[in-house]
Amino acid sequence: MVDAVAFYVLAALILGFGALVITAKSTVHSVLFLVADFLCVAALYVTLQAQFLAVIQVMVYAGGIVVLYLFVVMLVNLKRPPEVHSDPRRLGRLGVVMSVAVLVELVAIFALGWSKPEVTGGGGLSPKNVEQLGRLLYQDYLIPFEVASVLLLVAMIGAIVLAKREL
Amino acid sequence: MITTTHYMVLSAGLFTLGLLGVMTRRNIIIILMSIELMLNAVNINFIAFSYQLQNPIGQVFAVFVIVVAAAEAAVGLGIILAFYRNKETINIDEMSLMRW
Repeated sequence: MVDAVAFYVLAALILGFGALVITAKSTVHSVLFLVADFLCVAALYVTLQAQFLAVIQVMVYAGGIVVLYLFVVMLVNLKRPPEVHSDPRRLGRLGVVMSVAVLVELVAIFALGWSKPEVTGGGGLSPKNVEQLGRLLYQDYLIPFEVASVLLLVAMIGAIVLAKREL
Repeated sequence: MITTTHYMVLSAGLFTLGLLGVMTRRNIIIILMSIELMLNAVNINFIAFSYQLQNPIGQVFAVFVIVVAAAEAAVGLGIILAFYRNKETINIDEMSLMRW
């Protein structure tokens, strides 16, 4: 019962803030709604026994990525709003129709065509979530973990090179 | 009773909102934020299945998705800044140099 109430409240908040993100007039408001959305998703992770992921979500998304977005919004000093100039060849309606088609398709697949897979050898989610994930990351998924660290290094260097005026 | 299907429908809704943002908005910063929303929808699916199958590997993959999202945000915003310096705009309708 409590689960159901928590899920529906969080789902409504996530979808509501998501809708506000893409409809807000001002870009800064959009970024702030994005923070709220990420925090609600983090709360959803807690209800799904993914506590470490919830903390990562708050620190990386709500703390790091969103600050990056805010800085860029401040750096691009908009003398005229970006939505003024509209390309006459733009097919905005078609985009809406396509998005709704994707939604219908996905929901139909999830509600009708998906059979529940067997539970096989997971070993269960323990309350020691951090320890469990740490063991997996440093034992079974060590090489993907190192590749991810190289990806982050490359992205960091790339962002500096792109954003610098002259090298 | 909340089943995995509930979470999958929520994730489909969030994904569609992100798609709608990419399709309809002209501000490229909001388009990048919509992509973040879509990546979050994917993460919700991973975590929901991790919970249903009682298998923590789904959470490991969600960590990798977050890594890629962070890299994408940093490089994408760097590109936006470089573009803004040259063209003084962040409207994607004016980014039509290589359009056919």
